[in-house]
Amino acid sequence: MSELTDLTLSECISGLQGGDFSSLELVRAYLQRIERLDNSLHAYLCVLAEQALAQAKDADRRLSSWRKEQEAPPPLMGVPLAVKDVLCVEGAPTTCGSRILENFTPPFTATAVERLQKAGAIVLGKTNTDEFAMGSSTENSAYGLTRNPWDPQRVPGGSSGGSAAAVAARLAPAALGTDTGGSVRQPASFCGVTGLKPTYGSVSRYGLVAFGSSLDVVGVLAHDARDAALVFQHMAGRDPLDATSVERNLTPSDLTRAPFPEREGELRGLRIGVPREYFIPGLQAEVEQAVRAALALFESLGAELVEVNLPHTEYALPVYYLVAPAEASANLARFDGIRYGPRLPADELWQVYRRTRGQKFGPEVKRRIMLGTYALSAGYYDAYYGQAQKVRTLIRQDFERAFQQVDVIAAPVTPNTAFVIGEHSDDPLSMYLEDIFTIPANLAGIPGLAFPVGFDQQGLPVGMQLMGPHFREDLLLGAAGVYQQATDWHRRTPPDGRSG
Amino acid sequence: MGVRQDYEAVIGLEVHAELQTESKMFCACPVVDSTVAAPNIAVCPVCAGMPGVLPVVNRRAVELALRVALALECEIAPLSVFARKNYFYPDLPKGYQISQYEQPLARNGGLTIFVSTGEKRVRIRRVHLEEDTGKLTHVEKNGQSYSLVDLNRAGVPLLEIVTEPDLHTPEEVRAYAMALRSLLRYVGANSGDMQKGVMRIEPNVSVRPAGSAELGTRTEIKNLNSFRALERSVDYEIRRQSELLRQGQRVVQQTLGWDEARGVTVAQRSKEEAHDYRYFPEPDLPPLVLDPAWVEQIRRDLPELPAARYRRFQQQHGLSAYNAEVLVAERPVADYFEAALAARPELPPKQLANWITGELFGWMNTYNQSIDEIKVAPAALAELVGMVVSGEINQNTAKSVLAEMLESGKSAAQVVKEKGLRQVSDQAQIEAWVEQVLADNPTQVESYLSGKETVAQWLFGQVMRLGRGQANPQVVQQALQRKLLAIKQSHTR
Repeated sequence: MSELTDLTLSECISGLQGGDFSSLELVRAYLQRIERLDNSLHAYLCVLAEQALAQAKDADRRLSSWRKEQEAPPPLMGVPLAVKDVLCVEGAPTTCGSRILENFTPPFTATAVERLQKAGAIVLGKTNTDEFAMGSSTENSAYGLTRNPWDPQRVPGGSSGGSAAAVAARLAPAALGTDTGGSVRQPASFCGVTGLKPTYGSVSRYGLVAFGSSLDVVGVLAHDARDAALVFQHMAGRDPLDATSVERNLTPSDLTRAPFPEREGELRGLRIGVPREYFIPGLQAEVEQAVRAALALFESLGAELVEVNLPHTEYALPVYYLVAPAEASANLARFDGIRYGPRLPADELWQVYRRTRGQKFGPEVKRRIMLGTYALSAGYYDAYYGQAQKVRTLIRQDFERAFQQVDVIAAPVTPNTAFVIGEHSDDPLSMYLEDIFTIPANLAGIPGLAFPVGFDQQGLPVGMQLMGPHFREDLLLGAAGVYQQATDWHRRTPPDGRSG
Repeated sequence: MGVRQDYEAVIGLEVHAELQTESKMFCACPVVDSTVAAPNIAVCPVCAGMPGVLPVVNRRAVELALRVALALECEIAPLSVFARKNYFYPDLPKGYQISQYEQPLARNGGLTIFVSTGEKRVRIRRVHLEEDTGKLTHVEKNGQSYSLVDLNRAGVPLLEIVTEPDLHTPEEVRAYAMALRSLLRYVGANSGDMQKGVMRIEPNVSVRPAGSAELGTRTEIKNLNSFRALERSVDYEIRRQSELLRQGQRVVQQTLGWDEARGVTVAQRSKEEAHDYRYFPEPDLPPLVLDPAWVEQIRRDLPELPAARYRRFQQQHGLSAYNAEVLVAERPVADYFEAALAARPELPPKQLANWITGELFGWMNTYNQSIDEIKVAPAALAELVGMVVSGEINQNTAKSVLAEMLESGKSAAQVVKEKGLRQVSDQAQIEAWVEQVLADNPTQVESYLSGKETVAQWLFGQVMRLGRGQANPQVVQQALQRKLLAIKQSHTR
C-alpha cells in the first residue's frame, strides 16, 4: 500500500469512511511527514499537532458510531487540511507572516474554516505567506521563506506559497489559500498543484485578514480539480457576517461533474476562448508550449478553441497596483499597537504609531501602504484611484463580452516557471509582473482555476488557468476534471516526495 | 444686539445624533449608556477592529435614520454609499470611520423653527449614517500620564444632520437645536440628552458686513453640552469675530472649544495637522439600496411632527403660542394633553393646558419625574379640572387635591370625598360664617368703617379660613361686601 500522505482528499474520505484507516493514522502520517520535511521546506508557520490529534481521535469515535448506525457522516469527517496564516483560527496564532501580529491569537474562527470544521475537517496547521499576502514568492514572510518542493533553490510562488508547497510535498491533502491578485493560482502553478480562485463573494471573507477587500477571495490548493471542488463546496455560500458574500447552494455534483455529463470524458460543445493578449513576448517558451499542448488536448477532447480579445488586459497591472494598495492602506490602519500585537512605547502618540508600524511592518507592506495612501490623497484621488475604478469596469466588460462568445477562457498562469530565491528581491516591479495573467480575474471578480499541464526542462511544473463567468466554477472544475482524467501531470510528485 | 448692527452672522449647524437602536451600527453588540456602563463591556471583535472582521449594516439604524430624514422633508437617495474616513486615533479601532461621503442617505430637507420674528424654514443640506468612535480618558497618576480607551461607544449608529448656513442669531440657533431635538424624540430616534452626549451640536459661525453677499471665514465650535452653552458660545463667537473685523483683523479658520466656566471659546489643540481623510467607498459594504415601498411605509408611519402640532394646538384648541410650544416640545406631554382633552372634550383647552404646564410641570421638576411616570392619568387630571370648572371645588382646593392625587394615585373625586373638600356655595352657611367673623372682629370692622378699605381683604381671608378653604370665594366675596355695606349704611345713618 502506498503512503497515506500520497492519497488525494477524495481518497482520504473514502478510506476513512470505509474504515481502511483511521483519522488518527492519517493525521499522524501527516504530522510525521511535516516533522521530517518541513524544517527545510518551511511550509508551515505553526503546526497544531495536539489539537489535530485530539480532533482525529474524536472524529474516529464518531466515524465508527456512524458506521454502526449506517448513517452518512459529515462529508469531510476526519480529514486534515492546512490553512493559510491570513485566516483566523480560534486559539491558534494568526500572524499573516508579519511581526505586527506576532503572538496574536484571534478569539474567533474565519467562516470558511469554521464551515469546513463543521463538515468534519481538522486543521493541521497554519501555512506560510508573504506578509499580509503581499507578494508572489513567500519571501516577504517575516518568519522566513518557504522553498519550492520541486527545487529548494526556488520559490514556491506566493502569497499562498506555504499552502501550495504543503500540498505539493504531501504535507497536507489540501490547503486553503487566498487570492487577491493571483495568490492561489500562481503558487499552484509553481508547485504543480491545482488551485481554485472562486468568484468574488462566493466564500465569506469573515476572519480573513483583509488585504484588498474588493479583490480578496478564499481559495483552495489541492491535488486535483475534484478535491478543489470538494473543499470549495463546503465553504462557499452566503454568510450573515459578510455583506459581500452571496448564496451559492452548491451540491457535490454541481462542481465535480463534467460540463456535459452525458458525454463522460468528453468536452464536445465546450468553447474555450484563447485571448491573444495573454500570449505575449516575454512568455517563457516552455510555458507557452505546455499551454498550447494542453489546448490541443482540450481540442482533441472535443472542445472548440476560439480566439478572443481582452483589449484592456495591459491596464490590469497598473489598475491593480492602485486599487489593492489603496484598500490595503486603510485595512492595515488597525495595526497600530493600541489594542493587540506588539507596541513600541514612546512619549507622543504619533511616535507610538510611527515606531510600532515603522518597525513591525516589512518593507513590501510599507511600500504598498504608501502607494495606497498616495493614490487616495486629496488632489490625486481622481487621477489614480478614481481612474483605476473606471478602467476596472472596462476590464470587467472585456470579460463579459468574451463570455458571450465562449464558455471559458484559457491562458498561462504566469510568464515563467518558479524563479530562484532572491531573483526579484531588489526589483519590486519585476515581482509585480509575476501576476500579470492572474490579476484580471480578480479585478473582474470572476473565478479562475490553475492546474498543471507539463514541466519545463528543469523539471519545474507549468500551469495553465481557466477563467469563467461569475459563479461558473463548475465549468472550470468540470473541464479541468476531464483534462485530468486524460493526463497525469497532477499526479506527479516532487523528487523528495517519495523519499519517505 | 444693537452693537452688532454693522455685522451679520451666518451660522450653519452640524448635529451628530446617536440612533436609539438595541445594537450597534455594524455588529450585534448592545448599545449601552457609555456615561455609566463599565468600560469595554459592550465590545466584540467587530467593533474592536480585530483583524479579519467585517461590518454588516444594522437595518433598524437605517429605519431610524429614514424616519429622521423623512421628518426633515429630505429627498431620500434610492442608493447611498458607505465610505471610509481615514485617520489615526486610539478611539477609532479600525483606523477609519465608516461614514457616508459623496452619496449620503438623504439631502435637501428643511426644518421649521419659531422665533420672535416669526416662522422660519432652515434648509437641511444632508443627512448621513456613520458610526461613533470610542472614548479616551486621560489619566495623570504618580507623575505618569496615560490614556484609557473605552470602546463601548465605538460603532454606535450615528446620524449626521447638516444645515445650510441659514441661521443668523443665537436665538435662531437655539430654536433650531431645540426643534431638532424635539423632532428626534418625536420619531423615537434619540433621547436628546445633550449631557450624555447622545446629541452633539457643532455650530459653524462666520460674520460679514451687514448686507454683504460673501461669506466670511468660519470657525467651528465643539464641546457644547447644553442649549445654554450653544447659545452663549455662538453669541460670544459672533461678538469676537465682529470685534476682530472692526479692528481690521482677520478671523482664523479653526476649531474652537467652549469654556463654559469662563464663557469664552478657545482654540483647540488640533490632533494632527491638516486632515486629509482620504475618503473612498467602503469595499466591505455594498451600496445601500432602499426598497421604495419600505421608505413609503416609514413615511406613512411617521407621527404628527412638532411644527404641525404646534400650529394645530393654536388653531384647533386656541392655545397661546407659549402653551402650544411648551406642550408640543415633548411628544408624551402633547399626547397627555390631547388624551385629557379627549376624556372631557367640554373642558376649556386653555385651562387644561395651564394645569399641565403649571402644576404638573412643577411636580415633575421637583420630583424629577417624566409625564409617563406620574400617578395622575390624563383622564384623572381632566376630571379634576372639570370639578374646578363646575365650581365643585375652588382653584386652591384643586391644587391641594392634585398634590394628593400625585402622591397617592387616587382620583380627584376620591380625595375630595375623603377629605370633605367639596366647595361650599350654600348662601345661608356662608352668610352665617360672614356674620360670625364680623362679630368676632369688632376692632377690624371699626377700622374698615373709618376708611381702611384693605381690611375687607383680611376679613375675606378670615371667612375662607373659617370655611376651611372650601367656601366658594365668589359667594363669600359677595356676602361679605353685602354685609359690610349694610353695616356702613346703618353706621352713617
